[in-house]
Amino acid sequence: MRPELLLTALAIGLGGPAHAQSQGPFGVGRPAAPETIAAWDIEARPDGRGLPPGSGSVREGAVLFAARCASCHGDRGQGAAAEALAGGTGSLTDAKPLRTVGSYWPYATTLFDYVRRAMPFDAPQSLAPDEVYAVSAYVLHLNGLLPGDARLDAVALPKVAMPNRDGFTADPRPDVAAEGAAARPPAR
Amino acid sequence: MRSENRRAFLRLAGGTLAGAGATGALARDGAPLDVPAWTREQGVNAPGYGRPAPGETLARYPRLPPAFPGATSTVTPLQGLHGILTPNGLHFERHHAGIPAVDPDRHRLVVHGLVERPLVLTMDDLLRLPAVSRLHFLECSGNTPWVGAKAGWTVQDSHGLISCAEWTGVELATLLAEVGVKPGAAWILAEGADACAMSRSIPLDAALDGAILAYAQNGERLRPEQGYPLRLFLPGLEGNLSIKWLRRLKVGDRPFQTREETSKYTDLMPDGTARQFTFVMEAKSVITSPSGGQALRGPGFHEIRGLAWTGRGRIVGVDVSTDGGARWEPARLEGPVLPRCLTRFRLPWRWEGGPAKLLSRARDETGYVQPSREALVAVRGTRSYYHNNAVFGWSVAADGAVRHAA
Repeated sequence: MRPELLLTALAIGLGGPAHAQSQGPFGVGRPAAPETIAAWDIEARPDGRGLPPGSGSVREGAVLFAARCASCHGDRGQGAAAEALAGGTGSLTDAKPLRTVGSYWPYATTLFDYVRRAMPFDAPQSLAPDEVYAVSAYVLHLNGLLPGDARLDAVALPKVAMPNRDGFTADPRPDVAAEGAAARPPAR
Repeated sequence: MRSENRRAFLRLAGGTLAGAGATGALARDGAPLDVPAWTREQGVNAPGYGRPAPGETLARYPRLPPAFPGATSTVTPLQGLHGILTPNGLHFERHHAGIPAVDPDRHRLVVHGLVERPLVLTMDDLLRLPAVSRLHFLECSGNTPWVGAKAGWTVQDSHGLISCAEWTGVELATLLAEVGVKPGAAWILAEGADACAMSRSIPLDAALDGAILAYAQNGERLRPEQGYPLRLFLPGLEGNLSIKWLRRLKVGDRPFQTREETSKYTDLMPDGTARQFTFVMEAKSVITSPSGGQALRGPGFHEIRGLAWTGRGRIVGVDVSTDGGARWEPARLEGPVLPRCLTRFRLPWRWEGGPAKLLSRARDETGYVQPSREALVAVRGTRSYYHNNAVFGWSVAADGAVRHAA
């Protein structure tokens, strides 16, 4: 705790040892029980934490994709009104790189997470976990990253090897040397 | 040029619009002044919520035609604004899944993960907590496209994804103390309540460096497009991190690797690698007057006016060139010069009537100098999409017309 907050807490008589675990300095809010917040607690992490129970196959995903995704992303994920989801492998140094799930995304869990929270565009958060696994499996299959008979679940999804997994670097900025660091007075 | 911008500029420049006297209200230059109708009768009462004068029609518009109606960014008319603060209705906004109609009474903020006391808070809870009010700029990291520059760009087209406001709310540090961060905590997932549940990972040190859970902007509650009723505000960092319609903060040990910090908001380099978690908005400046689409009304005195900002503290200087960079002259910085806030600069200029090329170059308190486009492109190429803070030029033609010129 920052010193000023601790002082505030002491000044208003809260935060003594008896309250240390049960209440913060200001005593606002109510406890967030896991069952209370379950519908919002939806993120999936690269190591698989947060992935729900369930599973889905490439074949199931193909049916769902045709019905719910293809009209914007193209029937093979090649892109249409919405961006391409497949292709572009090896294009990242090209003049016009194509950044897709297969060519660019470093984690397969990100695909599941984004579909679960944001897709389909006309009905976000409407897919059941099995459907999200299935659509994710199909998109990974379209990128050649899963065989046609594959099935994904919370154990299998984080293990999908993403081609650009090691393609990201930390922020090196400032990365450009200063030119003319000081203003030259104008000649008069 | 949009007519409202031109009208505003002409007014700024002290001119009158051709035809403005058609109402009979304005005297022709040189004619004897009359006593107009508005002086001869009582005026009206003020509306409950004031509006700009009828002829003042500054407006945002989408920078690009949106591929999807729910994923748009609209740009601030910097060429028509004065000082450093952006009126709330003109503050730029970017949304990825439309602007949700959030009921503030039903809205909740969940704080959980690696904390001692996971909490669900109402807006009333947040309004009870100690508050801060601070002036900061907000800039989209996609502001100023790397490619596709057009001579016809206005500064609204080229730089309109920056704005500046006074933000009021609870310091994120206050709330983190309330829930008690556990050892091992290093990143926080921030998540919105919009239709894409917009989500980004925030490093804990950034969360403790002046971040605000903001519920008010320039004195009034947030506008819907700014995240009503609650947004995160991270001073000096790329705008997408300042999650709007904030519904959840989850404290974790590592980045969550959301779509917006992997597929998007990463900077692709010429060698095919991409920089990730490029948060800070580096020093940048732009001349807002004269600027693209405007026209100087004639030789003589003109004040060069512009804005400078940096995500790394304060601006300490802005140099201006009127000859394409051969000579640079320090502009006057108008106070207050605040950290991670827009700073207005001004330079008196006498236009002799010939071609001119106007440039501005900001310096911040770390010693960083706003780079040229050539220097940036030499390192980053032109496909990194985000974080273009290059020096930006306007050419003035012999007839006074102002256009973008690299």
